[in-house]
Amino acid sequence: MKADIFVQTELGRGSRTGVNRTFRKMLSHWQLYLILLPPLLYVIIFHYIPMYGIQLAFKQFQATSGITGSPWVGMKHFEQFFSSPSSWRIIRNTIGISLYSIAAGFAFPIMLAIALNEVRARFFKKTVQMITYAPYFISTVVLVGMLMQVLDPRAGIINQVITLFGGDPVNLMGKAEYFKSIYVWTTIWQGTGYSAVIYLAALSGVSKDLQEACVIDGASKLRRIWHVDLPSIRPTIVILLVLSFGSVMNVGFEMIFLMQNSLNLATSEIISTYVYKVGLINANFSFSTAIGLFNSVINLFLLVSANYLARKFTDNSLW
Amino acid sequence: MTIYPNRLIKESPGDRVFNVATHLYLWIIFVLVAYPLIYVVSASFSAPSAVISGKVWLWPVEPTLNGYEAVFKNKQLVSGFANSIFYMVAGTLINLVMTVMAAFPLSRKELSGRNLFMAIFVFTMLFSGGLIPNFLLVRDLGMLDTRWAMLLPVALSVWNVIITRTYFQATIPDELYEAASMDGCNDFRFLLRMALPLSAPILAVIALYYGVGHWNSYFNALIYLKSPDLQPLQIILRNILVLNQLDPTMMQDFEALQRKQGLVDIVKYAVIVVASVPVLLIYPFVQKYFVRGIMIGAIKG
Repeated sequence: MKADIFVQTELGRGSRTGVNRTFRKMLSHWQLYLILLPPLLYVIIFHYIPMYGIQLAFKQFQATSGITGSPWVGMKHFEQFFSSPSSWRIIRNTIGISLYSIAAGFAFPIMLAIALNEVRARFFKKTVQMITYAPYFISTVVLVGMLMQVLDPRAGIINQVITLFGGDPVNLMGKAEYFKSIYVWTTIWQGTGYSAVIYLAALSGVSKDLQEACVIDGASKLRRIWHVDLPSIRPTIVILLVLSFGSVMNVGFEMIFLMQNSLNLATSEIISTYVYKVGLINANFSFSTAIGLFNSVINLFLLVSANYLARKFTDNSLW
Repeated sequence: MTIYPNRLIKESPGDRVFNVATHLYLWIIFVLVAYPLIYVVSASFSAPSAVISGKVWLWPVEPTLNGYEAVFKNKQLVSGFANSIFYMVAGTLINLVMTVMAAFPLSRKELSGRNLFMAIFVFTMLFSGGLIPNFLLVRDLGMLDTRWAMLLPVALSVWNVIITRTYFQATIPDELYEAASMDGCNDFRFLLRMALPLSAPILAVIALYYGVGHWNSYFNALIYLKSPDLQPLQIILRNILVLNQLDPTMMQDFEALQRKQGLVDIVKYAVIVVASVPVLLIYPFVQKYFVRGIMIGAIKG
């Protein structure tokens, strides 16, 4: 606020209206606006102009007439999407994989962070931390490549173990019923260490006084974690949970797309991979845009609802 | 943890059980994460026959460099590697310049309409045009199958703008600007002479984020690029690791198939190592900054 007062007394002298004052303030800082211009142009061109293209969802795209010139068809694409039984399977897959991810993967990073926070041997702590979040740097392609090698029916180590115990090799990637579990546990393997760092950062902010008071009162470590540490990092937990509910519909496209094959498609086809196939492989631009729009709207709705519930019940929220 | 100063308070038996459980948990996670990584590296150095017959458990068996030889002889892989380095370096430079240009004005109270501008940026995180409108835009801009398609559509990440802006607000006090402004320093000079030198740690962090992002991304290349000589490493990797999967089963001669398949397998492991090493090598050096960056990002701002 200090700077505001400074600028206003300096330049606002003589001007009576607020509008005039704001204008003068803007003028005196024209350089700031000039600096902001290129990034602003970037978001307008690469983010807001595509939003203009959303109208394709209600049009029949014709290459010769472009986005603006193509004829309106109303809700035709949405009706087509919702009348097909396979669409519901795709929606179910998307939500199922997301909820499975959240339910299975949510507690591990918190437990890892708390455990790391309790360890006093620095070298052990640093080593575990470094190794557990190294997988975060492995690219999706490499990760799926590793997964396929490990699960390979012939040379993969999992099947070598199975045959060692007298079982028959299983083509795990080709079994639709295993797909969700393979995907979810692989992402947990990759992401746990990274998420734990966020919780560790939050844990480092827990009041030392409270912890010491707890120890002096004779609380066990478990009680201290339950009554001091966990409540202290609750805002972080809530916000990360809100964010994960806000991306339920955007579940890992890049990875799932790579893991798909004709054998597991029944459970592995999700909305975003379907949008890609319909739109760019089959060149059905309008239909694909419509499904994409449906996805974005649901996603925005979920984020806003999760945020609302978080604010109502825990007083922590994104906004 | 300095909760037990001089260990005046002794640990109770319950706490000792807790300590053992904690260490056990950490060891289990450690092994679960480290084992696949070690296995991949070991397999890449082992003889194909040993990998197939399951003799490789922890360390390389009958060590050989055949896999790596095959990798470095592959022209596609070498060109993909070079392309990826270009996309990573050029892309990260563009990202850094754009991020600072967005974050600096947005961190300054003198910018009227700051909240409006911020809202314009943040809204793009909540809602997007979707795949097809983005694709049509890139096509209409004439960037399909050019290197620009790999750089411009991802010139800025709003998340990193928020982190950088929070950092600016936290580390550069208004008083500093007022003092500089008294001495006749304008906004350009303030950015170049004061703000940038003070923000080296955050620049290192977001450079790492952006750099890793460019190195690891494959999807933009998949939809925007056609020419083989523009393809980044990840696309080549996808062809080798993911798409080749079903090929060899079509062959007739079983023994030849086994030999060929064996080499294919260790080549895959070698490719995985070669593609991941550059990123994993930088990471210990910037780890300190990286953790700090996550912390800044975790602060609600």
